[in-house]
Amino acid sequence: MKIVVPVKEVAVLDEEFELLEDRPGVDPDAIEWDLNEWDDFSVEEALQLREAGGDGEVVVISVGGEEAEEGLRACLAKGADRAVRIWDDALAAADPLAVARVLAAAVGRESPDLVLCGVQSSDGVHSATGVALAEHLGLPRVAVVKALEHEGGALTVERELEGGLVELLRLRPPALLTIQTGINEPRYATLRAIKQAKEKPLDVVGLGDLGLEAGAVEAAAGSRVRSMSHPDTGEGAEMLNGSPAEVASRIADIVKDKMSG
Amino acid sequence: MSGVLVIAESRRGELREVSLELISAALGVKDDAGGRLAVAAIGAGAAQHADALGADGVDEVLTVDASTEHFEPHVHGAALETLIEQEQPTLVLLGHTIDSLGFGPAVAARHGLGFASDVTRLAWDEGPVATRGGYGGKVEVELDFPERECVLLMLRAGAFAAAEGSGGAAARAVEVQAEPRTEHLGFRDVETGDVDITKADFLLSIGRGIEDKDALPQFEELADKMGATLSVSRPLVDAGWMPNARQVGQSGKTVKPKVYLALGISGAVQHLAGMQTAETIIAVNTDPEAPIFSVAHYGVVADLFDVADELAEQFE
Repeated sequence: MKIVVPVKEVAVLDEEFELLEDRPGVDPDAIEWDLNEWDDFSVEEALQLREAGGDGEVVVISVGGEEAEEGLRACLAKGADRAVRIWDDALAAADPLAVARVLAAAVGRESPDLVLCGVQSSDGVHSATGVALAEHLGLPRVAVVKALEHEGGALTVERELEGGLVELLRLRPPALLTIQTGINEPRYATLRAIKQAKEKPLDVVGLGDLGLEAGAVEAAAGSRVRSMSHPDTGEGAEMLNGSPAEVASRIADIVKDKMSG
Repeated sequence: MSGVLVIAESRRGELREVSLELISAALGVKDDAGGRLAVAAIGAGAAQHADALGADGVDEVLTVDASTEHFEPHVHGAALETLIEQEQPTLVLLGHTIDSLGFGPAVAARHGLGFASDVTRLAWDEGPVATRGGYGGKVEVELDFPERECVLLMLRAGAFAAAEGSGGAAARAVEVQAEPRTEHLGFRDVETGDVDITKADFLLSIGRGIEDKDALPQFEELADKMGATLSVSRPLVDAGWMPNARQVGQSGKTVKPKVYLALGISGAVQHLAGMQTAETIIAVNTDPEAPIFSVAHYGVVADLFDVADELAEQFE
């Protein structure tokens, strides 16, 4: 079974971050990068399916600048067979529909049996890229999968609904699933595997390599950022200051007051 | 192209609350969008929801009697495509819900629609303007959709008040041909567990900040001392440390206790959705920018273990 796993290197905002003044955006110096939490689970699920099947290939693909290579190398160290990084300056502020369009060109040429995406990215929280990608690829899809079995050529999946309700579904590959956290226990790479991952193939491709025109990103985008601002965090929150003992005493007073009322 | 099309949601025969929230959001921009509001119900037995969806200001209710008994993303997607083709709306509103996330982005991608998800505010400036969080809620992003004749927005559940009243809008059945590509096998309800956290007046809720499973007993003891019921955020359930029945949030329980004391919970959107209506929210977190502080009444920037140790003393 050939499985493609699109992954994303996400922004972890430093506590002190500044918004740019000349255009809507965050100061890049304020960003630390990390592999998206959901992608740890989709990669693990792909590795487990490959191991259970006895053969096959796991390919990780990311749209991102050089910072994305650390995340891709981490996936290779865990056991993915090869990696592809797609980049063009036009992708710097790409929205989920634009990313899905570009991913479709790269995933499509792999002709996978299964595509596993994370449900969402922790920085963008759009929950849209995977399902949009499935549409471009013409694949049946199930969003928010919390359990998965592959048996007798069919996939039996559990879809996690609001309130903890679960729906059981069956579908036939090729298919695309978006994977929820908690579906498995992501492995850690050994030091030896981390070293070996440096020898595994990591291709860097541009839009032209994928047969896409320079304007394809903008044409596929679903939205334009008009402005970016700091939200009114803590507007209603009264901050309690002092030593832990003083703060705990205030909390105790508030709790006793509210619970007796 | 003009007007607004709302896609209502139902599950197991019940209309979902988000449907009425979408209608109220639509009413806010209806005049700007061309003055017509149609609300569509998709699914087996859709016509039974027609009355409930005919809120004040709704011009027409469209019912699509789907071939599958339960939600099926490909059938719903095809139905939405047919409705857009027939109605030619400027704006389409869906819930940012698990069902709608299964087909909304697909239809937007296929037809080159303007698109945004998890939208919390909707305005109009020569076209729709959508506000949503960015960078995990640490910034607020305003989006517009230049040169898009039709824009599909997915609105966060609970972000808009529910529409009221019954204007008695006329209902019309719409025929859609669509084949399912997944097979429904059944539903499984969440196990109830030993405790019902939705009934508790005082919840001590712990999250990722506790870092280690071995720290759990300390908080079980603290909850006992304080007279609180222990609840958790998602990562502790994902890790298998606590049962789903104890989870607060979108995929867990929605709670409204008198006091919600959150230790080491940063406040992902899905968590806030499950507790933001609590009467008093007290949050302890090391990150002063943590989104939980935006819904908390009292906030403490501190190490949760330092505060927990002192709280144990207070409630000796």
